[in-house]
Amino acid sequence: MSPRPGFVLEVDRSTPPALFWHGEGFRLEQLPPGRSRIVYPPEPLEAAPDPAGAIRRALDNPLGDCEPLSAQLRPGMKLTIAFDDVSLPLPPMRRPDVRQLVIEEVLELAARAGVDDVVLVAALALHRRMTEPELRHALGDRIYDAFAPHGLLVQHDAEDPSELVYLGSTDEGEDVELNKRAATSDLLVYVNINLVAMDGGHKSVATGLASYRSIRHHHNPETMRRSKSFMDMHRSELHTSNWRMGRLIARSGVKVFQIETTLNTNTFPEQFRFLERREWEWTLRDRLSFLGTSGALERMPDRLRRRMFHSIRAPHAMTSVQAGEVEAVHSSTLAHVLAQQLVEVEGQTDILTMGLPYICPYNVDSIMNPILVACLGLGYLFNMYRNKPLVREGGVLVLSHPTPWAFHPGHHPSYIDFFEHVLAESTDPLQVAKHELAYATDPWYVHLYRTGHAYHGVHPFYMWYWCAHALEHLGGVVVVGGNPAAVRRLGFTPASTLEDALELAAAITGPSPTITHLHSPPLLMAEVT
Amino acid sequence: MKGLIFERSVPRFLAARVVANLAGSGRGAAVGPLRLTDLSEPDPPGPEWQHVQPLMSGICGSDLATIDGASSRYFEGLVSMPFVPGHEVVGVLSGQVTTAGRSGLSGAPTGSGPAKRVVVEPVLACAARGLDPPCAACRAGRTGRCERVAVGHLAPGLQIGYCSDTGGGWSAAGLVAHSSQIHPVPDELSDEDAVMVEPAACAIHAVLSSTARAGADILVVGAGTIGLLVVAALRHLVDPRSVTVGARYEHQRALALDLGADTAVPGEELGRAARRRSASFVTSRHLSSGADVVFDCVGSAASITQSISLVRPGGDVVLLGMPSSVRLDLAPLWHREVRMAGAYAYGTEETPDGPRRTFDIALELAGSLGLGRLVSARYPIERFEDALAHAGDAGRRGAVKIVFDLAGGGRREPARAATDLNGPAT
Repeated sequence: MSPRPGFVLEVDRSTPPALFWHGEGFRLEQLPPGRSRIVYPPEPLEAAPDPAGAIRRALDNPLGDCEPLSAQLRPGMKLTIAFDDVSLPLPPMRRPDVRQLVIEEVLELAARAGVDDVVLVAALALHRRMTEPELRHALGDRIYDAFAPHGLLVQHDAEDPSELVYLGSTDEGEDVELNKRAATSDLLVYVNINLVAMDGGHKSVATGLASYRSIRHHHNPETMRRSKSFMDMHRSELHTSNWRMGRLIARSGVKVFQIETTLNTNTFPEQFRFLERREWEWTLRDRLSFLGTSGALERMPDRLRRRMFHSIRAPHAMTSVQAGEVEAVHSSTLAHVLAQQLVEVEGQTDILTMGLPYICPYNVDSIMNPILVACLGLGYLFNMYRNKPLVREGGVLVLSHPTPWAFHPGHHPSYIDFFEHVLAESTDPLQVAKHELAYATDPWYVHLYRTGHAYHGVHPFYMWYWCAHALEHLGGVVVVGGNPAAVRRLGFTPASTLEDALELAAAITGPSPTITHLHSPPLLMAEVT
Repeated sequence: MKGLIFERSVPRFLAARVVANLAGSGRGAAVGPLRLTDLSEPDPPGPEWQHVQPLMSGICGSDLATIDGASSRYFEGLVSMPFVPGHEVVGVLSGQVTTAGRSGLSGAPTGSGPAKRVVVEPVLACAARGLDPPCAACRAGRTGRCERVAVGHLAPGLQIGYCSDTGGGWSAAGLVAHSSQIHPVPDELSDEDAVMVEPAACAIHAVLSSTARAGADILVVGAGTIGLLVVAALRHLVDPRSVTVGARYEHQRALALDLGADTAVPGEELGRAARRRSASFVTSRHLSSGADVVFDCVGSAASITQSISLVRPGGDVVLLGMPSSVRLDLAPLWHREVRMAGAYAYGTEETPDGPRRTFDIALELAGSLGLGRLVSARYPIERFEDALAHAGDAGRRGAVKIVFDLAGGGRREPARAATDLNGPAT
């Protein structure tokens, strides 16, 4: 039986309560009948049979104006293989990770061609450095043990001037500064996981291997406000800027062989099967599983609960792989992403509700701090649309998340300062941006980024800029069950229950507002007509 | 006349300590050595002494420590019991001085006429003790450092309010003060402004005797009365590049900003605010750079430890909060060559205009800044337990300075309404 497409359910009196993620837990919420609807994601697509074979075929049959990989490999050449970092996929997938599968095939071809100058680079951009277990998980022990001990597995350091090279500036005056090893190689192979439509394309190299000097040109409030949405590259200034940079990189002589993969939305293991099912289809086993899990979670200490969730390994499966010239590859990739995630939704809503899970791209094995809560809700999930947002202009976004006033001091040191200092002054992204340079150049943050596992000092600003379009569009944001002080610091309104939240929202939207609940994750992207 | 007296009683002292530990600061009054009784006017110890009838008398941290049995045993030889507490006093003279004030000191009122409002500089130094020649510190005008506060013709007592011979501000029977201790209050100051002069003088002395200078980065740990007054003194007398304050309560942060702080953050955020300001690295929980001067206005082990961790190597930590016995790791102080100094009381300050009495500067500041707004509530002396409990819990209750109102019907109305932020004022 083929997987069912996404679905919009009109809520009536017989509709069972809807599942809301609530951080490291869940809530069942009854939505008002007659004016509410629930958008369910499509079911997971079938996995590509024989992933290794599919990868080999993609390398041998590149898209666009591009020779097969094997034809581009020769003895004595300098080959760099860059790969997406720990922020993808979510949750981390079961072994073998798709990056391992792809890189094993690339290395096999390189070995056959007699290439012996090969370096692997984790394309961190301004993210935290990966730990050894994370690198082993992404690449497999065999690759790790063959490269890491010899210094041939490195992590991009956007703050090491000796390892960066300036390629020039675009017609719009955007500086392009890249990882020197990658930019000066005879061939740069980029291995991507395209979890959402924002990922991939020229963004892989132009952002993933760039420095703050480059990234600041498209990670800023103005760009993000002009990206409607940044999940739709054709209406995204973020992507337009990255594409300009990518073309400049190509003109500079950097030869990129792009390999992009897509995954299905088989997101949670068997014991959490109820998370991927529609509530009225829950079996007795699903109900018992929900009750047992919820009960156990309530009794668990925070630390243990967090550890349990972050130990989840997703049974994601690869649905496609394409390789070759960047733009041709990405065009095909996007079609596969949308085939998995797109759901047609008719018309906008007054109130958009969403339950936020325990994880986003920037808190793998970490704490979902309030800034990340905002980013996940107003950045990522709000922007999972094409054409127009699910919620109308001036409407209200209702998030469900505990929003603890808690931060991982090792991963997010500048976030703590940003929250205490910058957001205490203003939540307007344009005002916030006035502090950006001080944080981006703070030597302590630079030190922690380079030597520890800290996100770059500027990163919380980017998280806030990610919210810029939503902040401009929305009439208000209400957070259910969050720490009231933390929620207020974000500039949002706290509510104890969904019922209270809907009342608060109705004060903004007017009486009897329409409500749409985004039943995600698993991920979906709304095509709003 | 009703007044409060503090008597020697070991059982009551211990009871106060236990109750204060259990119920909170200021609660020791209910069971401790402090009691309300009928008192008579103290006798002037000499011809240059005068009776002062208090109008208003403040409650300070050292008073609370004494009443709660929490003060250091160091003070045992520096007080004489029984004593009437109260050293932050604005009152009126009810007698005449027999000779003029000492040359070079603030002029005391002379001759007959209507009662004049005065504030009392309570340190019982050589002049008040009839010691001539005075000690080296008093000769230099540094009366706070007087070497003889336990000798002379007076009973031991470092200040009025801790001496059995002088009376104190917490009594309708009043106190006696030496002419060297009496400062007239300008008419434009309200009683609330005036009662803040003594604590303001403490803050001014701490600031002007420190290395805090224009262009320096300063931290203030704690924003009770003294912390806030330090902020005011820093901004108006030194004008550093930055003043960053760690304050537990929101109203304290608002007042700190109003009095001249650049940044006011909750205490637990102070370290990060200081790091940002100095763009420091952090090693072993200490800033690589940090503030030039840190004023510790709390005096606890935690606050002193924090102060040492946030000052730059070679910088200064100034202790204003009255510490007692504390346990500290001084390795960072040694390794980073941090200087730590106490700041007690007042005397004469070196200023660009030459030496000036600290109280004279404090009187100006109290008037120009309207420091009376820090007075949050006034209590009659009969409600001393409520008053002390309020003072002991001032921060949490949105208050700053709690005072006894001893004026009865004759008190001057304040020029500005007192900031009655919380609690039962009279």
